[in-house]
Amino acid sequence: MTTEIHSAGENSLIVYLGDSTSPSVSARVQLTAQRVTHALGDALIDLVPSYASLLVIYDPLLTDHFHVQQAIRSVLLTLDVTEDAVTQGNRITLPVYYSAESGADLLTLAANSGLTPEDVIRIHCEQEYRVYAIGFAPGFAYLGEVDERIAAPRLSTPRQRVPRGAVAIADRQTAVYPAVSPGGWNLIGLCPLRMFDPDSNPTMPVAVGDIVCFESVDRDQFFALGGELS
Amino acid sequence: MSMRVIQPGLLSLIQDGGRHGKHNIGLTTGGPMDGQAFAICNRLLGNEPGSTLIEISFGGLQLEAQVDTFVCITGAEIPLTINGQDAALWQSHRVRAGDVIALEFTTAGCRAYLGVVGGFDIPQSFGSSATVMREHIGGLNGEKLHSGDQLPCATVTEHRCKQLPLEHQPRYHDSVTVRVIPGYQQSHFSRLQQRRFFSSTYEVSDRCDRMGYRLEGPAIDCGISGILSEGICHGAIQIPADGQPIVLLNDRQTIGGYPKIGSALSLDTHALAQLRPGGKVFFTPISTHAAHNALHLANSYILRQPIRECPP
Repeated sequence: MTTEIHSAGENSLIVYLGDSTSPSVSARVQLTAQRVTHALGDALIDLVPSYASLLVIYDPLLTDHFHVQQAIRSVLLTLDVTEDAVTQGNRITLPVYYSAESGADLLTLAANSGLTPEDVIRIHCEQEYRVYAIGFAPGFAYLGEVDERIAAPRLSTPRQRVPRGAVAIADRQTAVYPAVSPGGWNLIGLCPLRMFDPDSNPTMPVAVGDIVCFESVDRDQFFALGGELS
Repeated sequence: MSMRVIQPGLLSLIQDGGRHGKHNIGLTTGGPMDGQAFAICNRLLGNEPGSTLIEISFGGLQLEAQVDTFVCITGAEIPLTINGQDAALWQSHRVRAGDVIALEFTTAGCRAYLGVVGGFDIPQSFGSSATVMREHIGGLNGEKLHSGDQLPCATVTEHRCKQLPLEHQPRYHDSVTVRVIPGYQQSHFSRLQQRRFFSSTYEVSDRCDRMGYRLEGPAIDCGISGILSEGICHGAIQIPADGQPIVLLNDRQTIGGYPKIGSALSLDTHALAQLRPGGKVFFTPISTHAAHNALHLANSYILRQPIRECPP
């Protein structure tokens, strides 16, 4: 897919930088976001980077569609994503207490995958994940990609209440629920760290483009790190 | 120095111009659903644009002034009394400590704005006082107003009461034509489906709130069922698998994976947000160029609208 710029709304354009999930497409999104921020200055209201696209929201009383489109075009012309850009971003390790009591779907997911729960945990921890997007709820980071052996479809009936810190899998994505919310992902454990805290700085431990790893901790370590079972 | 909430009504929320520049951590914008009535309220009070007011959905709010100041209510038609005396909307009124400001329920439209001179002094979170209940952010502890809440505001004794002449006051009907800027996955909708979308009548369903208005009518079929999740702008019109359009508004999710046929012009989402379930909606396409023109005209209109001093 070539890069495309489409109209999105009265004050926004969406830039498509690919049509699949990959670290290199994601890196292009990141780099474009940085450059567009610089190019538009005060006329930029907000940006929404995602897997393969960047939504650019501008102030239509300060600039217009054509100027913004032109600014984005010149950014894209000089976009050169090297290997460095692909791997930049922080590395964050998140502790997880994986168990049947902290992850209601762990045993089912293991059984459906033809694996033992220990295999599921090992495979989930072996992979490095990239933060592809943040959305759905404050602090909800979409991490990819999950090893195909433990990929699992969303639940047919979403839960009314998923606990804060729940570590979950949906297809080839994984995430940590930042707050209690409804949700349809498969729960496999709990992370004792806060993924979104309005009163701390930074508010979130991760940003789009960061690399996240999971580390298995036992019940005692989970409580020692401030975890709670609800 | 504050206003005390005697009765909060059905849904009264602290709102300012909205929270911008925080989509990177997943925060939505919030802000007034009817930006026009909100802007006029601030203008009549002589406030900075975007000053903090209360958005009242459906009515029922009662406040006790604990300070001398001036109040103004704009937006949906709603009976207003100050100490039991009928008072007009779209104009500022003097209130004194001990006065009771009471709103009944809306008779046309469903969202009204109540402001004071200088705005309410509510601490900002992430750069805005806008309440987004889904996120538990903004306002007073991220919640709607409750009985007993104190809303800080300044003592004001000098202010010339202003009014918006009757002929300039917006009227709220039970049908709205929404101009749509085609975009996003528009090309995935066949010509037939686009024609159906732009020539049918839709009705506001019961599922309409600050996140979005779900409509009911002829189903629109998109050539694709889902897309890689991407950013959603204000007004985006999402077509889920059942083909019933959802117009995404102030408290929308910032990213999502349903196809979108385009986005509604904000000037028309203001009117849409005044509709209740059963209200009729028509869509008509508009170019980006024409949309920008309309926005500039509306902005100039807000600034230059003739407002008069009230007779003493």
